[in-house]
Amino acid sequence: MGFIQASWDEPLIYELKHTAPIKRWFDRVQIDINSYVPSNLIRKENVELPDLPEVEVSRHYTRLSRMNFSVDLGTYPLGSCTMKYNPKEMITLRDDARWLHPLQDETTIQGALEIIYRLSKYLEVITGTDKVTLQPAAGAHGELTGVLMIRAYHEDRGEGESRNEIIIPDSAHGSNPASASMAGFKVVTVPTGSDGNVDLEALKVALSKRTAGFMITNPNTLGLFEKDIVEISKMVHEVGGLMYYDGANLNGILGIVRPGDMGFDIVHLNLHKTFSTPHGGGGPGAGAIGVKKHLIDYLPIPIVEYDGKQYRLNYNLPKTIGAVHGFYGNFLVFIKALTYIEIMGEEGLKEVALRSTQNTNRFLDLIRNTRGIEIPYDPKRPRKHECAISLKPLERETGVRALDVAKRLLDYGVHPPTIYFPLIVDECMLIEFTETESDENVEKYASILIKIIEEAYNNPQVVLTAPHNTSIGRLDEAKASHPKTMALSWKMFKKRQLGK
Amino acid sequence: MVIKMRNDDERLKYYSDVPKDLILKQSLNIKARSEIEVYNELKNILKKNKDVLSTPSFLGGGVWCHYVPPLVDYIASSPELLTSYTPYQPEISQGILQILYEYQSMICDLTGMEVANVSMYNWATATAEALLMSLRITGKQKVIIPKYTSPWRKRVIKTYLHPHKIKIIEYGIDNSTGQINLDEIKQSIIDAAALYVENPSFFGVLDSNVDEAGKIAHNAGALYIVGVDPLTLGVIKPPGDYGADIVVGEGQHLGSPPSLGGPALGIMAVRDDMKLIRQLPGKIVGLTTSQDGSKRGFVMALQTREQHIKREKATSNITTNEALLAVRAAIYLALLGSTGLRELGELILERTRKLSNMLSKINGVTSPLFKAYYFREFPIRLPIDPNIVNSKLLERGVIGGLNLKPYFPEFGNVMLLATTELHNDSHYELLVELMSKIVRGE
Repeated sequence: MGFIQASWDEPLIYELKHTAPIKRWFDRVQIDINSYVPSNLIRKENVELPDLPEVEVSRHYTRLSRMNFSVDLGTYPLGSCTMKYNPKEMITLRDDARWLHPLQDETTIQGALEIIYRLSKYLEVITGTDKVTLQPAAGAHGELTGVLMIRAYHEDRGEGESRNEIIIPDSAHGSNPASASMAGFKVVTVPTGSDGNVDLEALKVALSKRTAGFMITNPNTLGLFEKDIVEISKMVHEVGGLMYYDGANLNGILGIVRPGDMGFDIVHLNLHKTFSTPHGGGGPGAGAIGVKKHLIDYLPIPIVEYDGKQYRLNYNLPKTIGAVHGFYGNFLVFIKALTYIEIMGEEGLKEVALRSTQNTNRFLDLIRNTRGIEIPYDPKRPRKHECAISLKPLERETGVRALDVAKRLLDYGVHPPTIYFPLIVDECMLIEFTETESDENVEKYASILIKIIEEAYNNPQVVLTAPHNTSIGRLDEAKASHPKTMALSWKMFKKRQLGK
Repeated sequence: MVIKMRNDDERLKYYSDVPKDLILKQSLNIKARSEIEVYNELKNILKKNKDVLSTPSFLGGGVWCHYVPPLVDYIASSPELLTSYTPYQPEISQGILQILYEYQSMICDLTGMEVANVSMYNWATATAEALLMSLRITGKQKVIIPKYTSPWRKRVIKTYLHPHKIKIIEYGIDNSTGQINLDEIKQSIIDAAALYVENPSFFGVLDSNVDEAGKIAHNAGALYIVGVDPLTLGVIKPPGDYGADIVVGEGQHLGSPPSLGGPALGIMAVRDDMKLIRQLPGKIVGLTTSQDGSKRGFVMALQTREQHIKREKATSNITTNEALLAVRAAIYLALLGSTGLRELGELILERTRKLSNMLSKINGVTSPLFKAYYFREFPIRLPIDPNIVNSKLLERGVIGGLNLKPYFPEFGNVMLLATTELHNDSHYELLVELMSKIVRGE
């Protein structure tokens, strides 16, 4: 396999003790704390952190970083996450990019406002919407913003109380219903039909005067294009509901189909997925929202406007939902997304969709006849940028599950796909290579998967006990979450040790 | 202009199931350009900004400018961390899991709480979600928040609470001490799900009423939510010591620059109480062992709270958060250590006092506005509109403090000034010199 991950028994920072001189980056002063802080607020005991020389801090975190996998180390085909290569840039390290205070006078941040404006304009054109805001800090944050705007729209029409339902397919990402709940809506779930698309008959039954909106991603989480989307938009609009597009899967249709053209009223985008900004181990991301004309009034404030000479922050939107971010969104992330779009151009963006889709379908062709694998929902239909496969046959025949296969993939120096999502597929693996994986990497991944399945049939133990080549083997996840054994901080761990 | 999508592109066969009418036929008018050209143009756009390192700035108000040690940038840019994802496969992701666990532990240590999540988007959304938590836990429909808090945080709180039809009551301060008005809190606390207090306050005031406020909240069956700046906690006692149930705050300045307000780092932590822990939003890393018990390891814990499992019953919809900022904060705090944290806190206290004393010497200026102890920020009253003072300061190469008049007109011509270790005495002398001239009409 040629892969062994670094493995350090790296202590926690709290367990480190290194005695050496420490130089501060600021000047020390001597003060009498009693004349600077009210007596009942003075901190009595020092914080527990050790005092460490910089070299030991550097070693500690550098060693830890080596025990981590990333796109820059190998193929990372997590379905629904779009782990494409993140182009490297040093621009966001510039003082005039990152040492800007959000409350500075507009005249002193014209460059920043221009960047926000430009990116918004590109995203409007790409999504086919009329106005984009970059305020949400992540996709789910964008969903919340969108659903709050749906609420505001209906409240404005006197239907705030009556329209209390949001319809969501059973294949949807969990954040969709969670966002709808946070916005005070009741979630109505519609099933996916045997063709892998929303069951139109079931949708018809679910739609009513209580429908505030319908949330869907297209291509859907199976990787299939919702071919009836125009009909669905019509049906939802006919009962007075709004159409919400979850942009997590935009990679599959970027530059080829626009959500606005499919009938969507509100669109969110994940800049850290489709527009290549790095995932950072879980963020920061950015979740732009694009809306059609009839929803502009409800956008969060401020809106960035341009009068031909100056960029301005407009807070004067009487029907605004308010604000979802303390300021304008994750500005440094915008810079990366903007340069990505300008370097790619529309041809490059189309190529993203075409190649990511091709990678997925080529992979499918390589594994489709492998024993143990099933392609659910109309296997002959082309997928787009990602595909859901089922390892149910493998599990039935060998007892080896998708989880075990995922752990064994780690031994080969690649990251597993998303597992057990979407919920409607048993022993699911959702695979998304993105367009930045080479033909060879896709073929290699297919051959690795086939090899592991062979192992499952012939030598299951090696799969069931995987991984073997990573920093650590399987972990006791239950122990981490059980109230009696949980240790969610070092403080809690020590308390439990003392039997408290 | 009609773009000819190469009809011979054989990959279009994969789109055979897409209705023909939906296939884009017009151009998006986005031309591809070279990296060299794009970055050149971007640099020229950025040069139109005045940054706070080249133009001295006294802005604060919830976002603060503190030194970013280069080691933080170095490690946070490492390819293993920067381009990794949420660690759903812990065996190959112990690096980021342990760093985030250390971050959580440091936050607990600083705040006196026991469980912290890996991050929220920023202080504003952390506060909003803490309030939503209190509603879920108590089943009540009312919250008490400060009148004098960041208008930007308050707007987010109101937006998040709107769909749930919650009564939001605001309490004021004592006009001479700047401290929270306990009587106003007592009057409105009945049936409240939570009391939210900030220490230091939005005005930078160190509030000695926080002990009493906590008791009032608990006696009325409300949760006590405290908003803090963790950098103060090297010298100020932690909210855990005065009864906080939930702590929220801003962590951006722990190792990251202001970045026009984003990305930021929302801090959220709770006491060791399963009722609170189960309702905490966001990701939490837990300490465990390998399955054979031989090695220590880290995994994501209590995932049953989260959206990918509980869906509409989840404690929040948050998925992608600000993990890399939490990594940066961990490195920053590790570089400071407990002594450094205290020393930095003492320096900031000294700087704050020095600047406010120097400004008090200007005729017509009341500095500070309230008779109080301040950390890093303080309000001053000017004899003329702060807007005018700020324009003239800007003409002369200084970014002044936050003009509070539009938000809290009852205080008159008030400006909120912030100072950190990035300022030295010559910055103060410059500000004092310019301000003296400006208030004299020069």
